[in-house]
Amino acid sequence: MPDFPWQSAFEIREQVVSGAASAVDMARAYLHRAEALNSTLRCFLTLDYEGALASAAQVDRARRDGKDLGPLAGVPVALKDNLCTRGLRTTCASKILEGYVPPYDAHVVDALRAAGAIILGKTNLDEFAMGSSNENSAFGNVHNPWDLNRAPGGSSGGSACATAAGLTALALGSDTGGSVRQPAAFCGITAIKPTYGRVSRYGLVAFASSLDQVGPMARSVREAAQLLEVIAGHDPRDATSAERETGAYLAACDRGVRGLRIGVVRDLLEGLQDVDVRSAVEAALGALEKAGAVLVDVSLPHADHAVSVYYLIATAEASSNLARFDGIRYGLRVQGEDLAETYTKTRAQGFGPEVRRRIMLGTYALSAGYYDAFYLKAQRVRTLIRRDYDAAFERCDVVCTPTTPTAAFALGEKTSDPLQMYLADIFTLPPSLAGVAALSTPCGRSRDGLPIGLQLVAPPFEEERLCTVAQAVEDTSGLGDAHPAALA
Amino acid sequence: MRTPRVAGRICYLRRPMADARISLEQVLHVAKLARLTLSEQEAREMQEQLDAILRYMEGLDTLDVSEVPPTFHSIPMLAPLRPDVPARCSDRSEILAQAPDSQWGGFAVPLVLEVE
Repeated sequence: MPDFPWQSAFEIREQVVSGAASAVDMARAYLHRAEALNSTLRCFLTLDYEGALASAAQVDRARRDGKDLGPLAGVPVALKDNLCTRGLRTTCASKILEGYVPPYDAHVVDALRAAGAIILGKTNLDEFAMGSSNENSAFGNVHNPWDLNRAPGGSSGGSACATAAGLTALALGSDTGGSVRQPAAFCGITAIKPTYGRVSRYGLVAFASSLDQVGPMARSVREAAQLLEVIAGHDPRDATSAERETGAYLAACDRGVRGLRIGVVRDLLEGLQDVDVRSAVEAALGALEKAGAVLVDVSLPHADHAVSVYYLIATAEASSNLARFDGIRYGLRVQGEDLAETYTKTRAQGFGPEVRRRIMLGTYALSAGYYDAFYLKAQRVRTLIRRDYDAAFERCDVVCTPTTPTAAFALGEKTSDPLQMYLADIFTLPPSLAGVAALSTPCGRSRDGLPIGLQLVAPPFEEERLCTVAQAVEDTSGLGDAHPAALA
Repeated sequence: MRTPRVAGRICYLRRPMADARISLEQVLHVAKLARLTLSEQEAREMQEQLDAILRYMEGLDTLDVSEVPPTFHSIPMLAPLRPDVPARCSDRSEILAQAPDSQWGGFAVPLVLEVE
């Protein structure tokens, strides 16, 4: 069994349930490690000693009383700081919410507590989950644990970094256009973007409501599958929560890929500039074929338009969602001469540059005279992207692409050019727009030793398939138990 | 070089943006709609960045989608109804505790109407 801190969620639970270790000691060990490494990595915005130790003590007490312990009993989990936690500040990495303490827990937080998980704290992100590098946080950027000069990805960069660096066993992020998958790829872990509606958005601070989903992040496919099983399911508090039975994601990991048809987007693969990414993906496809999967060519002819479509729809929805931050009911207020000036001063000082840029773009796309040309047109092209997947899934069970065009880029490399940053999302955006299920799992390393992620995409509500294929990738990738060297 | 007027003062663009997809005036108008204030420098930067993004987005014009229905929600679903069961709502004082300013059990705001 791997030693602390690299033990799996299953091993941690087993130790706690058997009494070999107490949940309190376990929580304390992770909190201390997180505290010690956070000055280097900056992945946590808040560490909740008090809350974590109280939850852990509760688990230990339940064990002594002989009660049934949940599937994540004693397992440390980190939460992206856009998930509301009762009594624990939730900032969205924005100055406008710097001191905000929610009066309620998000649905996924309820589910974690019921499963016995220990919430260690809140992780850093791009402000309001808008970004692909975590450099848009108002409270400092996160570092990639594999190379501190590189970006951890975004927007769930803090959750990905904390998991990859062994500061927690599990984490939750949110994914609007790739925000769990891209940082997972950059940090060498697994993350799932569930089908839209699979996981309740209740208590997730809204960015783009037709795209947002909460997603599990973990160092192994099985752990991510287990975490999805805990958070998935219908919740009447989210009107878009699907009334579907939760799948057997953990069991699906052991089904094997024999006979499964894997869709390969050949022109996309051949157009890849980065040879490391291309060869890692090709190796993974080869291994899947060897394990009994059947490779079939598919095409996504409209995927090239995904960046334009996404950055019109997501910004339009964001401009509307973020109208609520006006300095009246919560968060920052910068008092002006009158009410209107109070709004503008509060928003000008409270929002960072990328959030302002997206509000501007979204407001423009929705404004009189431009709605048809931009917003409505984007929604029509979104239909074409969705139809691409419908057609692909007539020929295959899972579509396979790289998660990102390159491995982790350098900090500062793309900050001066927003469009270049947006283009880094090219592969994760189409599944988000189509609302389908997607997953990223490590499939290789670049020559610089940086992780490379493989993206798997399945039809709506077929997350089990993703787990089956991802487990086969994990079993054959030969990556083993490698961890960021500097932090081992 | 053109010298457009911004908020009553003259500003100089780094490069002429005669064929810009979004004018400086539009940038300032949109900022007003969104309740944001931009300094002159910020407005010029915003114009350049939005211009580059909008130029890229012109790629959508190569598609004829006039006959394609829009997808506002990716997963088709009807607005669900739930049983009308009374439940406890959040505690007022807890909510007001998050407000920057509150008085007499409500959110306090700057004066909206002139008082004689």
